[in-house]
Amino acid sequence: MMMGLYVSKSRKQIQFVMASGATLLMILSGLLTYMYLTDRAAGNVAEMLYTADTVWYAPFNIHYSVGVDGISIAMLLLTSIIVFTGVFASWKIDPLPKEFFLWYSLLSIGVYGFFISTDLFTMFMYYEIALIPMYLLIGVWGSGRKEYGAMKLTLMLMGGSALLLVGILGIYYMSGATSMNLLEIAKTHIPYEAQKYLFPLTFMGFGVLGALFPFHTWSPDGHASAPTAVSMLHAGVLMKLGGYGAFRVAIYLMPEAAHEMAWFFLILTGISVVYGAFAAIHQTDLKYINAYSSVSHCGLVLFAILMLNQTAMTGAILQMLSHGLMTALFFALIGMIYGRTHTRLITEMGGLMKVLPFLGVSYVIAGLASLGLPSLSGFVAEMTIFIGSFQHTDLFHRVLTIVATTSIVITAVYILRVVGKILFGAIQDEHHKHLTDATWFERISVITLIAAIFAIGSAPFWISNMISDSVLPVISQLAK
Amino acid sequence: MDYSSFLQMKEEFSLLAVMVFLLVYDIFASEKALKYFQPIALVLFTIHTILNCVPRGAFEVDGGMFQYVPMQTYVKSILNVGTLIVLLQAHKFLNEDANRIKRGEFYFLTLSTLLGMYFMISAGNFLMFFIGLETASIPMATLVAFDKYNHKSAEAGAKYILSAVFASSISIFGISLIYGSTGTLYFNEIAPLFTGTPLQIMAFVFFAVGLFFKISLVPFHLWTPDVYEGAQTNITSYLSVISKGAAVFVLFTLLVKVFANMISDWQPILYGLSIVSITVANVFAIRQKNLKRFLAFSSISQAGYILLAIISGTAMGMASLVYYVLVYMFSNLAAFGVISVIEQSSKKVSITDYNGLYQTNPKLSFVMMIALFSLAGIPPFAGFFSKFFVFSAAAQQGFYVLVFIALLNTIISLFYYLLVIKAMYLNVNEDPIQKVESDVPARISFVICTIGILFIGLISTFYNQIAVLSFGI
Repeated sequence: MMMGLYVSKSRKQIQFVMASGATLLMILSGLLTYMYLTDRAAGNVAEMLYTADTVWYAPFNIHYSVGVDGISIAMLLLTSIIVFTGVFASWKIDPLPKEFFLWYSLLSIGVYGFFISTDLFTMFMYYEIALIPMYLLIGVWGSGRKEYGAMKLTLMLMGGSALLLVGILGIYYMSGATSMNLLEIAKTHIPYEAQKYLFPLTFMGFGVLGALFPFHTWSPDGHASAPTAVSMLHAGVLMKLGGYGAFRVAIYLMPEAAHEMAWFFLILTGISVVYGAFAAIHQTDLKYINAYSSVSHCGLVLFAILMLNQTAMTGAILQMLSHGLMTALFFALIGMIYGRTHTRLITEMGGLMKVLPFLGVSYVIAGLASLGLPSLSGFVAEMTIFIGSFQHTDLFHRVLTIVATTSIVITAVYILRVVGKILFGAIQDEHHKHLTDATWFERISVITLIAAIFAIGSAPFWISNMISDSVLPVISQLAK
Repeated sequence: MDYSSFLQMKEEFSLLAVMVFLLVYDIFASEKALKYFQPIALVLFTIHTILNCVPRGAFEVDGGMFQYVPMQTYVKSILNVGTLIVLLQAHKFLNEDANRIKRGEFYFLTLSTLLGMYFMISAGNFLMFFIGLETASIPMATLVAFDKYNHKSAEAGAKYILSAVFASSISIFGISLIYGSTGTLYFNEIAPLFTGTPLQIMAFVFFAVGLFFKISLVPFHLWTPDVYEGAQTNITSYLSVISKGAAVFVLFTLLVKVFANMISDWQPILYGLSIVSITVANVFAIRQKNLKRFLAFSSISQAGYILLAIISGTAMGMASLVYYVLVYMFSNLAAFGVISVIEQSSKKVSITDYNGLYQTNPKLSFVMMIALFSLAGIPPFAGFFSKFFVFSAAAQQGFYVLVFIALLNTIISLFYYLLVIKAMYLNVNEDPIQKVESDVPARISFVICTIGILFIGLISTFYNQIAVLSFGI
């Protein structure tokens, strides 16, 4: 299970190495999924499969332990797809391609490592590994106010990790566990008095990465100034680390506090969902629109996790997958359009459908997925979330759910507005008449993402079953 | 009295042998033989380092004046390696025409401060400790003022000696109070008698000031930026790592050995000092334009982090402290090494001069970058692990608020470290520093530092080895 090593092999300067490395990874994670499903079908009921464990720092009981369940499999699949398409989207990155891909690989190592770790320390380490390449990737290869965006993003996420580290140390010492392994700690009981402090710390720590209101402000600036592939990976996968971590650490290990304090965070995430959507309406920069829509969608992930029941949590994971794919598609397309028109302001574009039919159609598909059209992935995820949320019979949850549902309508507003403005109507700028449509490597990237979106949208059951089985341990922990 | 037991002080004697040999060689060797002075000195010191890196059983010399525990070997080895790196980096500086004549003195003075630290570390009696402390400080002042025609260097030397002497005199006043209240100066005999009466608390505070000064904690730090800026860069790095590393270790041993009974009295003192040091130094570091002053403040805040390990007062804290010093040594020496190489070739030390460094000097920029990331505590570099362990040691004793404040400070520190990295990688400069050719010893030192920064964290053997011995404290 040394996924990380596979990535490091591809640290070579040539594009092809990068491409083949990413392809290899995608095949491997596909294989992993297949193996996992057959194993489960064969009746293997262990919580985590393919575990490996090496003692690392014995005095602190730190082990390098890895393992996967259905959720991490889904996340790995998502990561590999996005890393793969990201390589193609930044095929002609300039300047310093070698350094770019080196940092890009380091970033993906961090992400892969995070999803397969079952040890709190390793998990935290990978989380931080993923942060630092971001600074240089945005700072050197970004556009616009890149230095400001990069600094803001890095420092805010570092702030999140500061909360998190206190939380992790607290969990370890308060639980009295003799291991930093998640599964071991879950067997112990952390006193409620301690949970009361540790739950908000860890949840907020991960929440910063998951763009929890009011800690979301790094996201628009960071995404807007990042280069295409980094925006894709960041919005597509890194923001999911927040949701995944909140689910795996905060809720799994501290179920009592989760029950007690969910209401407070539910309100915050509810604000994220609606506020993000409203903010997106106001933006004129394509990347800002998409960044705020990410805030809204990721807010929905955290919202669903806090509903603390199986359906909603399954929906949350599905939403992570679906939003990851869809937002990566968006950022890829925006990057491609920007590379041609050299503007991201929707007021300066129009009628692009005529000159860029391929990109135009893809953009429409991405938009439809985002607003939850059936047979695309967004529908499956949001449907599951709202059904799960509505299972709560009390007024508080119901009202919040209804409020969150309105975000779908608002999403439709900003998506359709953008589509109408930039794709249809008269061509605004004379120069835009001579633009060329997508090149082959851009097409590979876009088509892969669209195919994945369709796959989840039209045949969701195998994946949602896999996920909901893996949600069960957390549910049983909550029921204690 | 049986003098043969003196021979057990192997480290001290071997260092002394190296020193005396180099001094005699420098005086009597012919002009031709002097060409090989530096290589010989480096080789001898390397041999000394290698010979003395294996821990032995604990022993006492001179009726408890000198006490050895195996852990000290690790600390001394860390200091040795650090000194070796500093000497490697100073190689080019000492080969300049103006300094060639002073080489012998440079080595002799540097190694005699090291010898002083050895005695300070192994002391079993306050007098022994004080002699060690002074042996480490007075040659240091000479070294700081080494470049005597440079106005700033001379000023720094004067500042250092005056404040060092002041701190020492307060410290010895504290020692006299300790003697007054217990009637002995041997650590073992003092320990049970020290229970925290008002006189003893006063004695402790006066005494500790001398060490706080060495570690340069806020509010005893005011000499640091000026001295760091004025002294020759290699001396600065020596001062910031070796001298500080020895002092923190001694502070910890004294606290748990001699002052163990008044833990409830010294913990709050350190608690406050730690918060103040980290925060004040971080805030000041942001405003610095000169890289050496910048690193001076960064090293003050690093000292604050080290206090987190001390405050725990446990074996785990001990191990974390030694490990932290080890990692800090590699990172800080790498950063200072880059500064010194660049300063020697271009005389530039301000952060804005580093704009666009990556274009002309990618390798140096890379070393600088990993050094700074390691200081900021970013994985996969070693600094992350050492910070984590230090925090962990403090959290184990329930100092969650302290850990949290320290962590918030790491964000500030990341900000200013990133400013330098931004200057090197992101900023464009029409007139960047020209390509710098460093000499072979300096390159070797960079390789050692880079390997240290990259692998000490990932390979747990180092920490585990240290941890095994820390339980002997």
